[in-house]
Amino acid sequence: MQSQASPTAVGTQDVFKVENTGYYYGSNLAVRNVNLGIPGNKITSFIGPSGCGKSTVLRCFNRLNDLIPSAHIKGRITYHGVDIYAKEVDATELRRRIGMVFQKPNPFPKSIYENIAFGARINGYKGNIDELVEQSLRGAALWDEVKDKLKESGLSLSGGQQQRLCIARAIAIEPEVILMDEPCSALDPISTLRIEELMQELKEKYTIIIVTHNMQQASRVSDMTAFYNAEATDAGGKVGYLVEYDETTKIFQNPAQEATQEYVTGRFG
Amino acid sequence: MTTTDSTQLGLAEQGLSSTNFEPKLEQRYRYDNIFKALCWIATFSAVFVLAFLVSDFLMDGIPTLSWDFIVSGPSRKPEQAGIWPPLVGTIYLLIITAAVAFPIGVGSGIYLQEFSKDNWFTRFIEINISNLAAVPSIIYGLLGLFVFARVFAFITGGRSVLAGALTLALLILPVIIVATRESLKAIPDSIRMGGMALGATKWQTVRAHVLPPAIPGIMTGTILALSRAIGETAPLIAVGAVAFIPFAPAFSIEGLQSKFSALPIQIFNWVSRPQEEFHAIAASAIIVLMIVLLTMNATAIIIRNKFQRNL
Repeated sequence: MQSQASPTAVGTQDVFKVENTGYYYGSNLAVRNVNLGIPGNKITSFIGPSGCGKSTVLRCFNRLNDLIPSAHIKGRITYHGVDIYAKEVDATELRRRIGMVFQKPNPFPKSIYENIAFGARINGYKGNIDELVEQSLRGAALWDEVKDKLKESGLSLSGGQQQRLCIARAIAIEPEVILMDEPCSALDPISTLRIEELMQELKEKYTIIIVTHNMQQASRVSDMTAFYNAEATDAGGKVGYLVEYDETTKIFQNPAQEATQEYVTGRFG
Repeated sequence: MTTTDSTQLGLAEQGLSSTNFEPKLEQRYRYDNIFKALCWIATFSAVFVLAFLVSDFLMDGIPTLSWDFIVSGPSRKPEQAGIWPPLVGTIYLLIITAAVAFPIGVGSGIYLQEFSKDNWFTRFIEINISNLAAVPSIIYGLLGLFVFARVFAFITGGRSVLAGALTLALLILPVIIVATRESLKAIPDSIRMGGMALGATKWQTVRAHVLPPAIPGIMTGTILALSRAIGETAPLIAVGAVAFIPFAPAFSIEGLQSKFSALPIQIFNWVSRPQEEFHAIAASAIIVLMIVLLTMNATAIIIRNKFQRNL
């Protein structure tokens, strides 16, 4: 699976490609016709108003939407050219490679150590777990704060520390991509800043896709930005769609679409 | 505290006027206190009745309670009668009922809550389980008599300890299933998502992160259900427990298949006799039954706390 190009190269090879993908709940179309590529070792942010489908699209990348009955996609999402929704692809195995950090910190009600060791054990990690725990906590900039209390419950940490524990837990299983679903929305500004700094370090090794409601955050941290919007359907529901996808500087300074311009300048949303 | 005295009342009296609101603080605090008093009465009427009951059977039962009483068999003479066979019967029932009902109940609960798909068949099973919890225990007794004491007589040996325990297990299964499901339901989905997102299978996630925090709740439900089962008389009478057996069932396969008695049956038998002396030893038997129940509950609470601490 090692096929990522150097991060600096122009036209970096896409890790994910989403082609003509629509997302359905039962027969209801929730997100229509998304096309985009996620470049490796970059931070791609998904922005847009509530209900535009950005989290939904994010959860397609690790097939976490599989857990919702009746939900399915039409179209193609490929990971290094492999269709991840193909019958032969095992979602459990895919999720080991595509880590995820959730909106609300969700450490397991176990010790800090166990929170990280769990993923390694179930996935049959062959190395030394003690070392992995330290290395993952260092990677998530949490080691110095917790090294003397690894046996304490993960829930005893502050919100920002819990979220970094969740990041440590995600990187412990050596994913290539980390999906972040509004990772800072439950955190204070200082914890948010730490996570954002951490993301800049993480992108050396990982590809990051982040959903955020915070446009400043998107403009601060991301290299690429996708703007989603939602419109009313004839049936009375809402359907999300991708409005524009480009380099972050372009989206925020000179977007091609008027809706994007209005959103990023704060005129709606 | 929500209570306050009138000297604290009212910034309005201090000269801060508010025109559009009429706080009526005094009245609102009065309602507060009335409601608190009503809740107090509700609590203490229950405690009072319990205290009355306990003191009543303690006073009646303590004088005739002795070691001999515990280790003797039944007798027509109240001063020689003892409760060894029904006590052993009750302990037997307790162990077998728990051993059968706990794994099946918890297993079904986990399946229904974590694994089953939400379709008409699952909902049909759910409705049935809820209804089963409401079926009168005598009906379970009759079912047990037919299924366990008759149809499966080649295993249970007829109207035996085993048939009785299986009947009680059936009786408390719905309660354990419901308690398991409710405890699992209380674990937030974010924990399941977190586990699955790390590439864990469903069982790995449930086993490692969902089940452990649910265990205290499951234990509480199971304890309550078992306590109820051990106090049951009706289904055991239907299955065929008898009040007069000279020997306790042995701790063997044959013992499992032998005739049995249980403390509630013995108590019921004694209190329905005309002689006062039997009423006194019935009170003694009630004390023993209470001790068995309290011991069981205490054990379960210790197990529960151990799990809670480990979180």
